[in-house]
Amino acid sequence: MSKKIGDVILDLQNISLRFGGVKALTDISFDVREHEIRAIIGPNGAGKSSMLNVINGVYHPQEGVIIFRGRERKKMEPHHAATQGIARTFQNIALFKGMSVLDNIMTGRITRMKASFVEHALWLGRARREELEHRKKVEEVIDFLEIQHIRRTPVGRLPYGLQKRVELGRALAAEPSMLLLDEPMAGMNVEEKQDMCRFILDVNDQFGTTIVLIEHDMGVVMDISDRVVVLDYGKKIGDGLPDDVKNNPDVITAYLGVSH
Amino acid sequence: MIYREAGQFKTSYAADQQLFPIRQDRIGVLIVLAVAFLAIPAVASEYWFSAILIPFLIFSLAALGLNILTGYAGQLSLGSAAFMAVGAYAAYNFQLRIEGIPILVSFACAGLTAAGVGILFGLPSLWIKGFYLAVATLAAQFFIVWCLTKFPWFSNHSSSGVISAQKIVIFGHEFASPREKYLLVLTLVAVMALAAKNMVRSSTGRAWMAVRDMDVAAEVIGIRLMPTKLLAFAVSSFYCGVAGALYAFCYLGSVEPDGFSLDMSFRILFMIIIGGAGSILGSFLGAAFILLLPIFLDIALPRMAGLLGLPFSNATVSHIQILLFGTLIMFFLIVEPHGLARLWQIGKEKLRLWPFPH
Amino acid sequence: MQFFLEVLIGGLLSGVMYALVALGFVLIYKASGVFNFAQGAMVYLAALSVVGCMEKGAPLWLAILLAFVIMTLFGIATEKFVLRKLVNQPPIALFMATIGLAFFIEGLAPMLFGSEPRALDLGIVDEPIPAILDAWGIVISKFDLVAAGVAALLVTTLALFFQYTRIGRALRAVADDHQAALSIGIPLQHIWAIVWGIAGFVALVAGLMWGARNGVQFALTFTALKALPVLIIGGFTSVPGAIVGGLIIGASEKLAEIYLPPVMQSLFGGNFGGIEGWFPYVLALFFLLIRPEGLFGEKHIDRV
Repeated sequence: MSKKIGDVILDLQNISLRFGGVKALTDISFDVREHEIRAIIGPNGAGKSSMLNVINGVYHPQEGVIIFRGRERKKMEPHHAATQGIARTFQNIALFKGMSVLDNIMTGRITRMKASFVEHALWLGRARREELEHRKKVEEVIDFLEIQHIRRTPVGRLPYGLQKRVELGRALAAEPSMLLLDEPMAGMNVEEKQDMCRFILDVNDQFGTTIVLIEHDMGVVMDISDRVVVLDYGKKIGDGLPDDVKNNPDVITAYLGVSH
Repeated sequence: MIYREAGQFKTSYAADQQLFPIRQDRIGVLIVLAVAFLAIPAVASEYWFSAILIPFLIFSLAALGLNILTGYAGQLSLGSAAFMAVGAYAAYNFQLRIEGIPILVSFACAGLTAAGVGILFGLPSLWIKGFYLAVATLAAQFFIVWCLTKFPWFSNHSSSGVISAQKIVIFGHEFASPREKYLLVLTLVAVMALAAKNMVRSSTGRAWMAVRDMDVAAEVIGIRLMPTKLLAFAVSSFYCGVAGALYAFCYLGSVEPDGFSLDMSFRILFMIIIGGAGSILGSFLGAAFILLLPIFLDIALPRMAGLLGLPFSNATVSHIQILLFGTLIMFFLIVEPHGLARLWQIGKEKLRLWPFPH
Repeated sequence: MQFFLEVLIGGLLSGVMYALVALGFVLIYKASGVFNFAQGAMVYLAALSVVGCMEKGAPLWLAILLAFVIMTLFGIATEKFVLRKLVNQPPIALFMATIGLAFFIEGLAPMLFGSEPRALDLGIVDEPIPAILDAWGIVISKFDLVAAGVAALLVTTLALFFQYTRIGRALRAVADDHQAALSIGIPLQHIWAIVWGIAGFVALVAGLMWGARNGVQFALTFTALKALPVLIIGGFTSVPGAIVGGLIIGASEKLAEIYLPPVMQSLFGGNFGGIEGWFPYVLALFFLLIRPEGLFGEKHIDRV
């Protein structure tokens, strides 16, 4: 591996999250380094998605500290996360069903578009210029993901695998410094998985994007990730290089169960 | 064969992002505008102007306003008529109370006033959705109409809140005849429809649609829900407000608050359901449909009854009309939720291939 | 003080009438997630069927029975021809479809039974109860009291029905989770048809009460509009919520109607009657600010 892994850019310290009386996350700490691929694994209901939701501000943990790029933050709304360069995809595809592929990916660049609605209404210089400029950027993403042929198709009509790819496209269009992927390969066949792996590695490689990923396919996780964190029942039970985690007895118990 | 884009290659994104990327569409729109601005004024009768064309354009504008809010931004409103009332009374008061204010400035200010009221009643949309929001907009409907009736200041102390619109004078020319009023309304509606089209094809519109389709995801990619929703309320109410001002000044001449009833709000909602939610063209198609259907029934039903020898009363006509509205709403929601605009689009796609089946 | 009590009690009793209509909403919403805007129109149709059948010579009991049959058939037809076809549509589309349904009924009902306002005589007089008037000097209408009794009876019956019958349990299962109910073999569409039948029955009771009190006329459809704020305050899924919400709306709007206009008159001059028309909505808006899920509703957490 020739790629350079940098310093810690996201540091999570003692995060606890409750919904009413239900504890979703308990005292979890781990960090993410720049340019690395960091996997979060664990059985169903371990709190993996909640963890991503904490990172990009959808949920607000009751306790704990989040330090992103050296700045501590207490409470953050999702759109702040977006403007700071955190993009994500969802477990159950969260595309805008009524819009075309092109428009969906264009929304990914919305934080970078400055023209006001009045300029849009009158189609003045800046509004028009921005639409063109960002269209060019979006077309690059479309080329990268090899989805040129479906540009104009409403996303609701696309098959599942392509929708996942479009969702990745929308996140990439934001040119994020950190990309959160929630089960990007769930429900895909082998070929689609291979494509998706290739895209993830290319993104990481070509743009240096830091990637935090939740995935169930252990083969994939062990292959592509630099470090792995393991959650079970909202607690951290393992953290380290893929090979270390694979041999961690707690992790094996959590996955295979143990006879009492 | 006639309607196809084969051979029209786009060599730049600018060309691809034009208002109407297909040449035939551009020609079509030009023809429609030419007919509306040149041919109709030359041939239409006074009845056509004042009973059909002017109300059609005004309701198209109101439906366009509601479509921005409901069709594009996904926030249901049952109070469109009340925002029209705000526009009508605001324009009247600007004319009345500010010496020498140009009428077009009054219309714009009327729209802005309605936008302000719209933002106020749109605030609940920040924490409620769906039919909860519908109830909030019903509050706007009843409260606004009540205020305009009960506070005598709004109608300059006229009895039961009736106002008579002032004369329309622009650059010293009085717009008195139905033909002149038609041209004025047409110009404003055309300009505002163009502005709406521009908004919905740019990032403003994409933000609205994103909030409509999935608000959590919209927030995650960096769209701030509050300003986006409130902007939709403001722009929508602005359109309804201007439509209300035109309704008072160019259509009826004198209006009372009770005229802007819940029933009118429902009709505007029906226009966008039948015309097509999330479509500029749909607003016009829907307005035409909802306005023309009663006129058609008024003429056709008594004749049909006469042919069949059935007894017939005016009340029956209105009952059949209400029944038909209800049936059509259910029919469109079940069969074609995107309304007439979608049917038009399907028709165009068929035409692309014609005369070949595939 | 006496006057205040009289207004308050009068308001509470008319609140019972709102609750009757709101009940129909809650039933359908609980079982199918549809917000049925046509409930008010169904009240109108029910009342019209009763007077319509009586005009054709049927005695009251037969007219009520016929109206019940009509309402049940109508409910089943609605489920079969409209709602079943809209199964996977967003809730807002279903809501708009029920607005269409309301118009459909409002056009159809008068064509079947005539549109002129008529009186409906149930044999209960709308006059003060002498004993209470003598003892405390408060006017309480006999009719209102009977209406309150009917509402109480209806709510108890429904509660028992939901709690102890097989169908009732199935209904609650469906309300909890459509998919799960379907997977354990509850026939969803039968259940929905039954719910619409029950909602028709509730509409009939409300139609009888409202029709006897205010006459059978088009204005009955507006009862639905009053029921909306009741639901916001009580919560969309709660039967007791509908009752409490109805009482709150009934009492507060009457008090507002009596006590607010003089205050406003002294502030602005002029005549400020008709506050009843909007007060429930503005009150509901305030409730939304404080408790969006209503007094008895369940809190909802969005999952991503």
